[in-house]
Amino acid sequence: MDAIRGLLRFPLDRLERLLGTVFPAHWNPLFNLGALGFFFYWVITVSGIYIYIFFDTGIHEAYQSIEYMTNEQWYLAGVMRSLHRYASDALIICLLLHMAREFSLGRYRGARWFSWVTGIAAMMLIYMAGISGYWLVWDKLAQYVAIVSTEWLDWLPIFGEPVARNFLAPGSLDNRFFTLMIFLHIAVPLFALAVLWMHLQRVVKPVINPPRGLAAGSFLSMLALSLVLPAVSQGPADLARVPGNVGLDWIYLPLFPLLERLPGSVTWSAAMAVFLILITIPVLPPMKRSAAAVVDLGNCNGCTRCDLDCPYEAIAMVERKDDSPFSMMPQVSASLCVGCGICAGSCPTSMPFRRRADLSPGIDLPDFTMAMLRDEVEAVAKRISGPGRLIVFSCQHGVRASDVKHGSCAAVSLRCIGQLPPSFIDYVLSRDLADGVLLAGCKENDCYNRFGLRWTEDRLAGQRDPHLRARVDRRRLKTVWCGAGGNAWLDAELAAFSQEMASLESLPGKAHAQAPRVKEDAAHG
Amino acid sequence: MADIMRYAGQAVFYVCAAALTGYLSFRPLYQQTHPGLAQIKLSFSHGAQRVEDCRRLTTKEIAALPPSERRPNTCSRERHPVYVEFSIDGELLYSKSLEPAGLSKDGPSRTYQKFLVEAGVHAVTARLRDSGREAGFDYEMEQQLTLAPGQSLAVDFRSEAGGFILK
Repeated sequence: MDAIRGLLRFPLDRLERLLGTVFPAHWNPLFNLGALGFFFYWVITVSGIYIYIFFDTGIHEAYQSIEYMTNEQWYLAGVMRSLHRYASDALIICLLLHMAREFSLGRYRGARWFSWVTGIAAMMLIYMAGISGYWLVWDKLAQYVAIVSTEWLDWLPIFGEPVARNFLAPGSLDNRFFTLMIFLHIAVPLFALAVLWMHLQRVVKPVINPPRGLAAGSFLSMLALSLVLPAVSQGPADLARVPGNVGLDWIYLPLFPLLERLPGSVTWSAAMAVFLILITIPVLPPMKRSAAAVVDLGNCNGCTRCDLDCPYEAIAMVERKDDSPFSMMPQVSASLCVGCGICAGSCPTSMPFRRRADLSPGIDLPDFTMAMLRDEVEAVAKRISGPGRLIVFSCQHGVRASDVKHGSCAAVSLRCIGQLPPSFIDYVLSRDLADGVLLAGCKENDCYNRFGLRWTEDRLAGQRDPHLRARVDRRRLKTVWCGAGGNAWLDAELAAFSQEMASLESLPGKAHAQAPRVKEDAAHG
Repeated sequence: MADIMRYAGQAVFYVCAAALTGYLSFRPLYQQTHPGLAQIKLSFSHGAQRVEDCRRLTTKEIAALPPSERRPNTCSRERHPVYVEFSIDGELLYSKSLEPAGLSKDGPSRTYQKFLVEAGVHAVTARLRDSGREAGFDYEMEQQLTLAPGQSLAVDFRSEAGGFILK
């Protein structure tokens, strides 16, 4: 499975980086695929409502009404028809890339299984809706699509009469057929929308609108395409003739030639196998499930920061019933918790300055506690020497700690960069464990745990609790959001930062690193 | 990178995305069948004769029925399978005994087959038996057909229309 993911990740990573050179991070289309999908869905809806005004459901009238839109009212209805078509294609491209990308990043397991499964269901419905749309045009392509899809469906012994007999010869088709199809073409997307709503139910603060600039660019490109290359019909359907040459939509219909040529037993078996694999993939091995976060009520004052920061809604604040003076306490849902540690990073009691026995935050990961993290930091600090010593805190979803090879650097791997309480940076510098601290995480705007990177930036900037203390010399802190494949970038940044830190040795900033140990208040934010 | 270059890069991306979408939306053309071929579809939905003929109920049998279900005749539900043969230019392309649909085998027998042939003149023979007989056919059609390239001809069957019909 990892090999398949790696194969997908490589080209996607290259494309992300390429687009990252021209788009701001929050505009990168590959970081906004889901939101772009929603955007195209609304474009399809608005354009669809407009062309429905002119659409006629009669056998001959269906084609004629679309010809009217395309030729007579090309400036509005024709453009709307083209937008409807091209936005549908763009939607499919976004959904396929979205699925491939989430899979390649491993974002389909654990707490994300629900979004994965509902996403697959939504994709199937959107495909069905799109294919039913091709029938409505009732041109040669519609005839081809209708015949191939009904012949494929007829392989299943669920229809009394072969549905394909509706297209046997001229006169076989009934006007009511198009009424049924238009009903399906409206009902199925609405059902898909309901499934998409479910898709987002377990996503905290979902992004369903792309940045305005990206939305505007995407819309204008589709509009320009509609004007330059309007969607046109391919001649009226004629059941007395084989469609022959058809301009197939290879985005929607790439499998139709296979459905047409291979036996139904083969195509249905393959379809079922792919469907089962996609649905069960979240529970297929290798399973790597981290232990859920654990609350230590003795150190918890119910401040709600862990609840606010959890990207998976795995923490709920509930009433506290012991004799504590605090009224609320966090309750962790083990089934939703992925063990990212962001909650521990947000806890004001995650304070490395505390005595060894006292370092037990209000919430922590049982298999990677803050005490373990402090021990590891102190251990790696002993391995670095010379001018420009650096400690790198790296997210396990970014560049691996073992890949950090720079001479005067040592790396500590975190579950997520958001697991790091800012006080650890202060701890490293004030104890002179290193001359500088570098945080390496996922790509900007693309945190594996969605908010780890954002919360970290906010904490460092003093905009989110717990803050990085003002006394920390910011020159000795650097962030590099380089992502998993950014080894070369990180190496270059490390070399430059190490050199910079070496040059700071004689500057006043060094005085801070040599400052005497300060007794910290456990509730320090 | 200078802003102007970034905007230019974004424009290139949008143009490429639109061009790719526009191209794949219609091209490359797909040729479903060779231009010189024609298509014949053999398809029907036909209920064969019943395995047992209807018979009149005796007075005693009628009296034994609940009052609301009393009727003069009774018919068995089960139908014979439909046996069909289809040949083009003397070559047998399809022969099958089609079982009636339904758990009680009382529904119609159905088929839907497609054959591609060279355009031109062809002798088409379709035979069907639905009476349960062991040999011979109840319906038969032999016809010389001239098929144009790309033509799609349907061979249907309707007993009330006298047998096979061409559409």
